[in-house]
Amino acid sequence: MKRREFIAALSALSVAVIAPTGALALSDAQAKSLVDNVVRDINKVISSGKSVSGMIKDFERIFVKYGDVPIIARSALGADARRVSKSQLNAYTKAFQGYMSRKYGRRFEEFIGGRIEVKGARRVKSFHEVKTTAYLKGQSPFAVDFLVSDKSGKPRFFDMIIEGISLRLTEKEEIGAMLDKRKGNIDLLTKDLKKAG
Amino acid sequence: MSHIARPALALAFVLGVAGCATEQVNLSTGGIYDPYEDNNRRTHQFNKDLDRLVVAPMSNGYGKSTSDGLREVFGNFASHLALPNDVINNVLQGELDAAVQNTGRFAMNTIVGFAGFFDPASDVGMSQIDADFGQTLHVWGFAEGPYVEMPFLGPSNSRDSIGVFVDIALNPFIVILQDPQQYVGIFAYILDSMGDRYEYDTVIDSILYQSADSYAQTRSIYLQNRRYQLGMSAEDLYLDPYSDDPYEDF
Repeated sequence: MKRREFIAALSALSVAVIAPTGALALSDAQAKSLVDNVVRDINKVISSGKSVSGMIKDFERIFVKYGDVPIIARSALGADARRVSKSQLNAYTKAFQGYMSRKYGRRFEEFIGGRIEVKGARRVKSFHEVKTTAYLKGQSPFAVDFLVSDKSGKPRFFDMIIEGISLRLTEKEEIGAMLDKRKGNIDLLTKDLKKAG
Repeated sequence: MSHIARPALALAFVLGVAGCATEQVNLSTGGIYDPYEDNNRRTHQFNKDLDRLVVAPMSNGYGKSTSDGLREVFGNFASHLALPNDVINNVLQGELDAAVQNTGRFAMNTIVGFAGFFDPASDVGMSQIDADFGQTLHVWGFAEGPYVEMPFLGPSNSRDSIGVFVDIALNPFIVILQDPQQYVGIFAYILDSMGDRYEYDTVIDSILYQSADSYAQTRSIYLQNRRYQLGMSAEDLYLDPYSDDPYEDF
């Protein structure tokens, strides 16, 4: 075996050995560091004094950068995700992303002057839960938990739970109702989601 | 009816009714149990009309004509009047530390906080530990029962809807005080609710008037939050959306 081939084989082997453990082992610390970044970016937006449309853009940026948008979107669609084509799912996911950003980015206004603190992380089943506390002006502090997984390939949050209320489950209810109203027509849902929120 | 007989009667009523409820249903964690959905939806429509025509406009007027500070003072007072009821439920649940803290808070805010209009107790770490009779029933082992939307009061379940009436019947301000002082608490509660309606205007409007199915959204949000408050594990929340078959959770 030539030297170059040997090195190539060796590095391929080491990749094969390292890659699985590397991909599986999302630690509490890594999950927490993801949420640290989310919170740092959110706190920046809250204190920026931007307009509502500016905040919506910032929220979308944070949502896409740190959130696993495809799994949140598919989860909101529920069992119906099974019967739609890939291109329909992609179009829906993109519309869902905009809808979520408008709906929740708007709410950042209420956070002005507040802050979020990361408390700690623990493993739950195959993912991690990172606990944070939100301190808003004139309100008692409340709990905001992020669920983080790296099954998409990178550490990403796939749910945000505010005082027990899951963004993902609540949107699943809402998207389900929207789809029912449109008699299960996903194209119509996608079209209307582009304007909703 | 004498003032003493009322709570005793209510308690007997609760134990009887809640007793029946637990025999029938015991599936409170996880999903949604809503056998009275048709009735609930009618009540929901009533509550929405009430909000749109009366509560929202009044709350808006109240909010616009008062400062944040003044609303906070009224909010403090309403919470203060709820404290004796919290203490009763703390004791019924065996949470004696909470009962002591709430009692200390009540004493301090009554004296130093000008009858509870101000809240110096929170500044020294004596925050309010909310408790209600629905929660007490949960601690005692009664199941949540079917989902209920109550007229005027909104989302609830059969256990909590019984709890609300017991809390009113046990409330010392209503039981001990005579007319017209006994209405002070109710008045404070209404003002506080109007303050909340004004404060959370955006989110309430988005749930009630902008969602595809405001009934289902209200129900989902209420159940998730209530179960969280009671420390129940939300199993459906922790289903893994990335499981091998990505659709098996749904």
